[in-house]
Amino acid sequence: MDDTDPKTRRSGSRIRQVEPTWSRRRFLQESGLTTAMAVGMGLVGYWAYTPEAMRQKHQEILTLKDFRVAANALYPALVVVRGRLVEAMVREAVATLGGISRFVQRGERVVLKPNVGWDRQPEQAANTNPEVVAAVARLCLEAGAGAVWVTDCSINDPKRSFSRSGIEAAVQQVGAMIKLPGGDDFRPTNMQGTVLKVWPVANFFHQADKVINLPVVKQHSLSGCTLAMKNWYGVLGGQRNQLHQNIHASIVDLASAVRPTLTIVDATRILKRNGPSGGSLDDVVWGNTILAGLDEVALDAYALSLLDLTLDQVPYLAMAEARGLGKTDWRNLNWQERQS
Amino acid sequence: MPQLRTIRRLYAIFFFCLFCFLLWRTEFTHLQGYEVHLFLELDPLTALASGLTSATLYRGLALSLIILIPTLFFGRFFCSWICPLGILNQAISHFFNKRRPAEYVKQNRYHPIFRVKYYLLTVLLVLAAFGVLQIGLLDPMALVTRSFVTGVWPALQWSGAGFYLLQPHFLGGVGIALFFLAILLANRFMTRAWCRVVCPLGALLGVLSWRALFRIRRDVDRCNDCLKCVSSCQGGCDPHGALRVSECHLCMNCLEQCPEGALHYGFIQSRTSLGQPIDISRRRLVESGVTAMAFVPMLRSSYGVESTPHPNMIRPPGALPEADFLARCLKCALCMRVCPTNVLQPALLEGGLEALWTPILINRLGYCEHHCILCGHVCPTGALRPLTVTEKVGSSSPKPSEPIKLGTAFFDPGRCLPWSMHTPCIVCEEVCPTSPKAIWFKKVALTDRKGQTVPLKQPYMEPALCIGCGICEYKCPVADQAAIRVTSVGETRSWRNRMILDGQTPT
Repeated sequence: MDDTDPKTRRSGSRIRQVEPTWSRRRFLQESGLTTAMAVGMGLVGYWAYTPEAMRQKHQEILTLKDFRVAANALYPALVVVRGRLVEAMVREAVATLGGISRFVQRGERVVLKPNVGWDRQPEQAANTNPEVVAAVARLCLEAGAGAVWVTDCSINDPKRSFSRSGIEAAVQQVGAMIKLPGGDDFRPTNMQGTVLKVWPVANFFHQADKVINLPVVKQHSLSGCTLAMKNWYGVLGGQRNQLHQNIHASIVDLASAVRPTLTIVDATRILKRNGPSGGSLDDVVWGNTILAGLDEVALDAYALSLLDLTLDQVPYLAMAEARGLGKTDWRNLNWQERQS
Repeated sequence: MPQLRTIRRLYAIFFFCLFCFLLWRTEFTHLQGYEVHLFLELDPLTALASGLTSATLYRGLALSLIILIPTLFFGRFFCSWICPLGILNQAISHFFNKRRPAEYVKQNRYHPIFRVKYYLLTVLLVLAAFGVLQIGLLDPMALVTRSFVTGVWPALQWSGAGFYLLQPHFLGGVGIALFFLAILLANRFMTRAWCRVVCPLGALLGVLSWRALFRIRRDVDRCNDCLKCVSSCQGGCDPHGALRVSECHLCMNCLEQCPEGALHYGFIQSRTSLGQPIDISRRRLVESGVTAMAFVPMLRSSYGVESTPHPNMIRPPGALPEADFLARCLKCALCMRVCPTNVLQPALLEGGLEALWTPILINRLGYCEHHCILCGHVCPTGALRPLTVTEKVGSSSPKPSEPIKLGTAFFDPGRCLPWSMHTPCIVCEEVCPTSPKAIWFKKVALTDRKGQTVPLKQPYMEPALCIGCGICEYKCPVADQAAIRVTSVGETRSWRNRMILDGQTPT
């Protein structure tokens, strides 16, 4: 025997060792236990057996709630407020529509959807005026809203967009919250549209009790304009750049999927050219106007005049009217113009 | 009664021939309902690891219980009696690792390096538990199938065997072949080095056989310590000593070598030597597991097809969505064997490290035959769904269904003969298999350099009809880089890798 190898020597003591012979009881125990393991494996196999390679992952497909409040003939459908003091204009507009208590109840979670698409400063008018957003947030909090969330799916980097638009600072000052959608914040949602079926939508809109649309008035080279209805691009994640392939139908699909409680259009500054991103102060003119109402089609139709556009240049409005989303003929609605 | 070793050798020859036979059958004219993926289905490790990633035991993988359950009672019989790689390793060791008896004894003793396989198994199973299936890199069934498909079989063809009509070629096949040859060559230095040191399936079966009732037993009174058993031991399991049952391959060599008849295979008897448990350190085991766990988030945050679709990662028809696909694909290459056009190729790093050697289509080498559905039917784990022809090509009646799209073809007008060289061609339109054809043309009359008017047909592609089969790219006469090329965009299995707003619902 090779006794020079330390390993052999170590086990050498065991070479002569003998296992105790098993009693009948020991044998039955040992073989019974092994048989039990075998049966267990068989059962696990039986349980796991499937003709499909993957277990079905059930992902719920949601639809968006209707956030509208009941129509009320006492109040105008469309308000136009002219002035220079943004907060006062916003308050005047909401008061004319029946006051914030018509739209927001105590304890409700209100989601504000300004246009915060771009890493631009307020003067460049590519995003909603932060004063408008802050004023609406303050109104909601005064009405006793449980939480006010401000969100958008920006085109530029969201952190930069919310910061440099001034909206983050303005909103946080009044005590509302910024919600930036991250990778896990989207839920597959059936938009039930003609071109938009199931798309990822930021979950904040599913969690909201009320949604207030806060668009800005901008020129857009493909659709003609970016107004209230087009602002709903910002609820979508995913490859929404595909929507340009059929932009008018997409806008109508979006506006019929997201029915907001209230829409307040920021026309304090108007981006007339090189929209929707702009970049030069030469592209911006003073509008000194706030529009508010419950009918997005009428609001968009009214705002066309601010961009020197006509109805036939913007096909989505007629399509939306045909779909029953609102009236393009705002002159025949109950509308009011105020000075503030 | 014939010797157990002789019986084992007969079994080994039978199963190795069966493996080769089934691999030969894995082809359009010979498939005929043969269970050609039998060896991959018998493999308990593929069943366990793919079960960990998706909590399923897919169809034929249930056959692995045939190996799993007897192993509990009888030990690692699979390794020497059934496993083609084990049989190959044993044969090579037997013929090419000739030593003097004393050297044999030294070499065939247990060595602590044999523990490595248990740690590798731990790493691979922990990865699988977190949804990362990399077992196929080292699993012997996947490895030997892949090596035969992309290495041995094409080499036989090259040497004149005539298995194929045309010589098959495989992307990076040389890497797979070198890895395989290195495994075989290692037997020259240590008998069954792969099986003893690396094989994760061996490790799994070793763990399962830890309380096997049937094992090699030595009568300590009859034994005269001649060590002949050790000199012929394949597993390095110390039959002369306290048997390491988890290392024993059940080659039965020791039984036949023992001049005293001191060894027997079976139940415990009086005066039977001790057994030994698996020699692994709990600390190393935990270290291996923790390392694997730490690797998962790093792997998941690296660039891959899931984060960013890659144009060249065109998957075979019926492939699951990429994340599920990677959680199921063993890289066994059986789909590449059955593919009649040689279009299926083992990917390199296009789809990230995780997708190494998974099947992709390289349309310059072949194309996806319109009515061919073979790949999904040989896939042992369901990474490729078994399709019907109707599912693949779509139908208009009775139930209208969309065809399965692998990608979309794009023209490169600068290389296209009618587009930029005033030369008639339109081969792509001719071979386009869909009806109506996805490739269509406009008749134009262009003026060439000499001022003569040339009537031409210039091709276009209709994205709603293109299924990405790649025959246009394969048949394009521009021999090096085709003037029409398929990329993965528009593939049915992904709802992110798209370009056209078509209202498709994600699945």
